[in-house]
Amino acid sequence: MSAPAKLGKEDSFEKNLERLDAIVAELEDAELPLEKALQLYEEGMKLSEVCHKQLSEAEGRVEILMKKAGGKLAAEPFESEEGEKP
Amino acid sequence: MGQIGLNFQIQRKIYSVTELNLAIKGLLEKQFPDVWVAGEVSNFRGASSGHLYFTLKDAGAQLRAVCFRNQARYLKFKPQDGISVIARGRLGVYEARGEYQLYVEYLEPAGLGALQLAFEQLKAKLAAEGLFDPARKKPLPVLPRTVGVVTSPTGAVIRDILRVLRRRFRNMNVLIYPARVQGEGAGEEIAEGIKQFNRERKVDVMILARGGGSLEDLWPFNEERVARAIAASKIPVISAVGHETDFTIADFVADLRAPTPSAAAELVVHPKRDFRSELGNRVRHMAQLVQLKISDARARWTELRSHRAFQTLAARVRERAQRVDDNITSIERVIQTRLERARRRWLELSAHLLRYEPARLLQISRLQLHEQKARFERSVEEMTRRVGELLSARRESWLRASAGITRYDFARSLALKHAARAERVTKVGTEFQSYLVERRNRLAQATAILNERSPLIVLDRGYSITRDASGRIVRDAAQVEVGDELSIRLARGELEASVNRKKP
Repeated sequence: MSAPAKLGKEDSFEKNLERLDAIVAELEDAELPLEKALQLYEEGMKLSEVCHKQLSEAEGRVEILMKKAGGKLAAEPFESEEGEKP
Repeated sequence: MGQIGLNFQIQRKIYSVTELNLAIKGLLEKQFPDVWVAGEVSNFRGASSGHLYFTLKDAGAQLRAVCFRNQARYLKFKPQDGISVIARGRLGVYEARGEYQLYVEYLEPAGLGALQLAFEQLKAKLAAEGLFDPARKKPLPVLPRTVGVVTSPTGAVIRDILRVLRRRFRNMNVLIYPARVQGEGAGEEIAEGIKQFNRERKVDVMILARGGGSLEDLWPFNEERVARAIAASKIPVISAVGHETDFTIADFVADLRAPTPSAAAELVVHPKRDFRSELGNRVRHMAQLVQLKISDARARWTELRSHRAFQTLAARVRERAQRVDDNITSIERVIQTRLERARRRWLELSAHLLRYEPARLLQISRLQLHEQKARFERSVEEMTRRVGELLSARRESWLRASAGITRYDFARSLALKHAARAERVTKVGTEFQSYLVERRNRLAQATAILNERSPLIVLDRGYSITRDASGRIVRDAAQVEVGDELSIRLARGELEASVNRKKP
C-alpha cells in the first residue's frame, strides 16, 4: 500500500492547517520584523498549496469488506443498488 | 367438639415430616402450577451457579423465589433489590427446609418494560464507569482520508450516507463493514465491525448506522458489548441510530451522536468548497497582515527620515551630491575653455599658414587639424558622458542605500559609500586632467612642427625669403631703392646682395 508510506512522509491536512493558523497568528504579532513576515508568508503560501493538493488526493473509492475462504476479510468495490441513478 | 375430638382420635393418621412436606408439596404444585405474582424484589442474590435467589415482598408478606440458570439466561434485565416485578412461575416446596417458594420462569419489571429497564440499568452502570465522560470523547479528524461505515449493506441507510458524502466531498474514500443491525447476533457483528476497523487502521473515523425502528429493533445498539467496543475504539466513532428522538447506549458512548445517518455523513466531513474557502480566507488574511507590515515599515521609515539626526545626515548626503554636480560643471567648463583655446589656436595657425602660399600644404595641415579637432571633441564628449554616467550611477546607488536604510546602522554604511564616491570623483577628475595635458602637449607638438617645417619646405622648393637691412620681408619692389643691401634666405644658406635695378 502506497498511501500509508506517503502519509508518513508528509504531514496530515490537519497538521498543515494548524501550521497555517499558527503562521497567521505569528503574522498578527506587531513586533514581527518584516523580513520574518515575508518568510512566513512564503511558507504559508506553500502550505496552502499542499492543503489544496491534499483535498484532491482521495480517489473516491467505495469498498466493502467481504469474508473470504478461511475467514479473511478483503475489501471489494461496493455497488450500491441504485448506483446508476445520479 | 367432642365429636370432632373423637373423630380425630379414631381416624388419627400420623405423618412423618417428610410425608407431610411431600403432601403439602403435592397440594401446592397441583393448585399453583402457573401463577403470576406481583411484588418487590429484596434479598437478591446471584449465585455462581447462575441461579438467582430473591424474595418477593409487599407491605404485609414475603415469598421466597428462585430463578434457575436456564430461565435467568432469557431475562432482558437484571433483577435487583427494590424493583417491582411481575413474576410468573409455579409454586414448589423445598422439602429439606420445609419452605415453599416460587420457581420463576419469567420475570418482567412492573411499570417499565423489561427492555426499558435494561436500558436504564446499563446506562447507569456505564455512566458510573465514566464511559460517557465528555473528556473521553475523541475529536473527529478535520479531513478523513477514508470513512468507515458499520451498517447493513442493503437498504436506504447506506445509500443516504453515500449520497451525502458524494455531494459534499466527491472523492472521499468509504469502507463498509457489512453487519446485521437487528435481531439475534446483530450486536456481536456491530462490535466486531468496530474492532475490525481498529485492527485494520484504514479508516480515520467510523459511522455506526441504522434506520429507525422500535426499541426492540434498535436493541443491538443498547448491548453492553457494542458499548464496550465503542469505548475501546482508538478511531473516533459517530453513532447514527434511528431517528432524532431515539437514543441508544451507543449514542452515549460514541464520540459524536448524529440524529440520523444522513446527518452523520454531514458531520463526518465538511463540504470540499468549505475547505477551499477556509484556505482562501487564511491566504487572504496572511496577505493583508503582510501588507500591513509593509506599510508600517514605510511609515516608520518616513518617521525616521524626518528625525533631526537623520536630517543632518541627509543634508550631508545632499551636499555631497551637489559637490559632485559642481565638480562635473567645472570639469565641463574646463573642457570648454580648453576646447575654445585650441580652436582659437587653430584659427591663428590657419591664418598664419594662409600667408604661406602653397595651398596643398595648407590643405594637408587643415585636414590634420580637422582630424585632431574632431578626435579632441570626441574625447571631450566621451569624458563628459563617462562623468555623467558615473554621477547618475552614484545617485542611483545613493537612492538605493537611502531606501534600504531602516533601523540598523545606516549612518555608517552611508558614510562609507560617500567616501567611496568622493574618491571615485577625485579619480575621474585626475584622469581627465592628465588626459587634457596629454592632448594639449600633442597639439603643441603638432603646431611647433608646422611652424618650423613649413617655411623650410617652401624654400626647398626654390623659393627664397628676401629681407631688407632692417630685417623686414620684402614683398614689393617699391619697398627698396637701388643700392639697398638685401639679405636673401635660401633653403640652405643666405646671400647678401644689393639692388642693381628695379622693375615695378
